[in-house]
Amino acid sequence: MWHILKYIARRGRVTEPAPEPLAGTHRPAHLIHDEILAILGRALAIRHVDAGSCNGCELEINALNNPYYNIEGLGIRFVASPRHADLLLVTGPVSRNMEVALRRTYDATPAPKLVVAVGDCGCNGGIFGESYASCGGVSNVIPVDVSVPGCPPSPAEILAGILAAVQARPPSEAVPADFAPGFN
Amino acid sequence: MDFFGLDCRFERLDAPVPIFGARVHAAQWSALALAVAEAKGRLVSLWGSDERGAGDGFAVSAAYATADGLLWAKLGLEAERPAYPDISRFFPAAIRMQRAARDLVGVEAEDAGDVRPWLRHGAWPADYFPLRLEHTGQERFEAQADAYPFVLVEGDGVHEIAVGPVHAGTIEPGHFRFSVVGEKVLRLEERLGYKHKGIERRFMGMDTDEGARLAGRVSGDSTVAYAWAYAMAAESLVGVKVPERAAWLRALMLERERVANHLGDLGALGNDAAFGFALAQFSRLREDWLRLNRECFGHRLMMDCVRPGGVARDVDAESCAKLRRQVTAIASEVAELKDIYDEHAGLQDRLVTTGRVTPELAARLGLTGLAGRASGQTADLRADFPWPPYDGLAVAARTHRNGDVAARVAMRFEECFESLRMIDALAAGLPGGAVHEPVLATRDGIGAGWVEGWRGEVFVALETDARGRIVRCHCHDPSWQNWPVLEHAIIGNIVPDFPLINKSFNLSYSGQDL
Ligand code: SF4
Repeated sequence: MWHILKYIARRGRVTEPAPEPLAGTHRPAHLIHDEILAILGRALAIRHVDAGSCNGCELEINALNNPYYNIEGLGIRFVASPRHADLLLVTGPVSRNMEVALRRTYDATPAPKLVVAVGDCGCNGGIFGESYASCGGVSNVIPVDVSVPGCPPSPAEILAGILAAVQARPPSEAVPADFAPGFN
Repeated sequence: MDFFGLDCRFERLDAPVPIFGARVHAAQWSALALAVAEAKGRLVSLWGSDERGAGDGFAVSAAYATADGLLWAKLGLEAERPAYPDISRFFPAAIRMQRAARDLVGVEAEDAGDVRPWLRHGAWPADYFPLRLEHTGQERFEAQADAYPFVLVEGDGVHEIAVGPVHAGTIEPGHFRFSVVGEKVLRLEERLGYKHKGIERRFMGMDTDEGARLAGRVSGDSTVAYAWAYAMAAESLVGVKVPERAAWLRALMLERERVANHLGDLGALGNDAAFGFALAQFSRLREDWLRLNRECFGHRLMMDCVRPGGVARDVDAESCAKLRRQVTAIASEVAELKDIYDEHAGLQDRLVTTGRVTPELAARLGLTGLAGRASGQTADLRADFPWPPYDGLAVAARTHRNGDVAARVAMRFEECFESLRMIDALAAGLPGGAVHEPVLATRDGIGAGWVEGWRGEVFVALETDARGRIVRCHCHDPSWQNWPVLEHAIIGNIVPDFPLINKSFNLSYSGQDL
C-alpha cells in the first residue's frame, strides 16, 4: 500500500484543460462542468456502441478515461446500458450484421437522445463504404446530431464532438425549477 | 522444394521470411494436413477464392507453419461442385475458417461436422456468395430471419446467460452464450461475425498501393502488423527488397505497437480485478507513448506509416533521441508497477489459476501468439525466422507454462521489457539511406507476408491479375485460433471472472469478422 501511495504522490495530477466544442483551443474544466449542469442538471451519461469499426476508434474513446483527459472529472461517464444514457457514441461503418442491434439500442435510449458518430467510418462509411455487408455511415441507420471525422479522431476531438452535441441541445424542460443541480 | 515427401514442388516466395507456395491435388491436400499435424506444425489460415476469371474454377488455400517456414498449399476445385477434404480433423481451428470460406465463396468442406453459417447472419441469403466474380459486392438484400442454433446444455439447474452483441463497455460487439449452474460456467459458446463489413470484397480490384490502407484497418490495434504483412506480400509479389533503414523503422514501429497494447492491457487487467490504480497509471503511460508516436511518426496509432516499399516518412536524429529517452523513462515506470503487481496479494489472488489453458490443450487447439506463449507454445516468428532487422537483435522468445491470467500478465510485462530493449537498440543503430522504394504491381503474381504482431502471427496472402489489380487479398488474424480456446479457458470459472479472462486474451473481433 505504501508503495502505491508513494507512486501516486510522485506522479501528481496530469489532467489537462478540456477542448472547446469542436475546436482545438482548451478551456477550463469548471466551465464545461457548469455547462453540462445547466443543460442536463446532472452528469452526462454516454453509451458507446461499436457498430462495425476496425477498433481504432475504440482505442481513442478508451483514452478519454485516462488521467490526461479525465472525462469523469468533467461530469461525463460511460454507462453500461442505453436505458441509462443521454447520448450514444457510435463508431464504425454500420455493418449489416449490427444494423438491428444499433436500431434496438437507439430505441432503448430514453428521449431526447443525442447521437455522436465517431470517425470517418461513422461519418460516411470511410474506407469500407457501403456494400452487401455495410450500411455505410451511422446516419444511414439512425439520426445523428454531431459527426466527428478522423481516422481515428484524437481523444480531444471526440470530446469536443460530445460537448458540441450537448451544447446544441436546448436546456432540458424536464428539470424542475427548484431542482438543485449536483453530481450524484 | 519438396516437404514431407509429398512430391509436390513448393516454390519459395521472394519474402524475407521463408514462405513457400504450391498447387496441390486433393490427395496431397489431405496428406499435407496430416503430415504437418504429425510434425507438430500449426494451421495458420484457411481461405477460399474464385478463380473462374483465370478459367480454373474455385480454390481453397491452407497456410501451415512448419519448422522450415510457412507452406501455402492451394487446391483447385471444380466450378460445379467446389468441395474439398475437411482438415478440421487435424486442426480444430479450421472449423470456423471453413465455415467462413463457405459463407464468402461457397466452397464446402466435405463431411465437416459443423456446417452452421459463421459470418453470414441475416444480411444476405444463403445462395449469395459475396466473393464470387459474378457479384459486385454492392448487392443489397432484405434482412433474412436469423435463427442461429446454439448448442443446448441440459441438466438439473442449468440455465443460460446470453450477452451481446452490444456489450456493457467500450469493447467490440460479439455474442456470448453461457450455460451455468449457479455462478459456475459449464460451457461458453461464442457467436461472432457482427462486424463483418466486407473487407475481402473491398480489396478486389484495388491496386496494391490502395490495398495497403485497407489492410491497415483490418484490426486497428494491430495496424502496423497488418500494414507490414501486407507490404511484405506486395513486395514479394513484385520482387522488391526494402531499403535497410525502412526495415529498421518498421521494426521500431511494430515494437512500439506491441508496447502500446501491452501498456493498455496491463492497466485494463488490473482494473478488471478491481485495481483502479493500475488503469490510471498504465493509461497515463500509454497516452505518453501515443503522443510521441504522433510526434515522430505523424499518427498516434501509426496508421498508414508502413507502406509497400518502405515507410511513409523518415525520423530525424532528434526524434531518435526522444524515442530513446522515453524508453528509459517508461522502462523504469513499468518496472516499478510490476513490483506493485507482484506485491499485491489481493490482485494476485484474482489472477493466479484463473482461466487456465494447459500447454497440452493449447497445443491441441492451436493456441497462438502471446496467449500461446503463456501456455508453453514457443512460436514467435521474430525468434524462429528472424528476418531483418530482427536477425541482429537476438530476440528472446519467452514462455510460461501456467496458462492462467497471471501467466498472460507476466508475458506482457516480459515482452514489454524485451520490446523496450529492442526499440532502444533500433533507435540507436538506425542505418542511413532511403526509406522507400516504389513497388506498384503491374502484372499478375502471388505474394505473402507473415509478421509477429503483438497478439500473434498476422498473415496476408495477395494475388493480382495481369494489370496488377488485386484479385484476392486474404488477411488472417491470430484471433481466429484463439477465440475457440477462450471457450475452454472459462470452463469451471465463475461468470464474474469472464471479463478478466476475456481481457487477458484481448482478441480482435474486427480482425476475425473482416
Ligand atoms: S474511422 Fe478509422 S479508426 Fe475509426 S473505425 Fe474507421 S478505419 Fe477504424
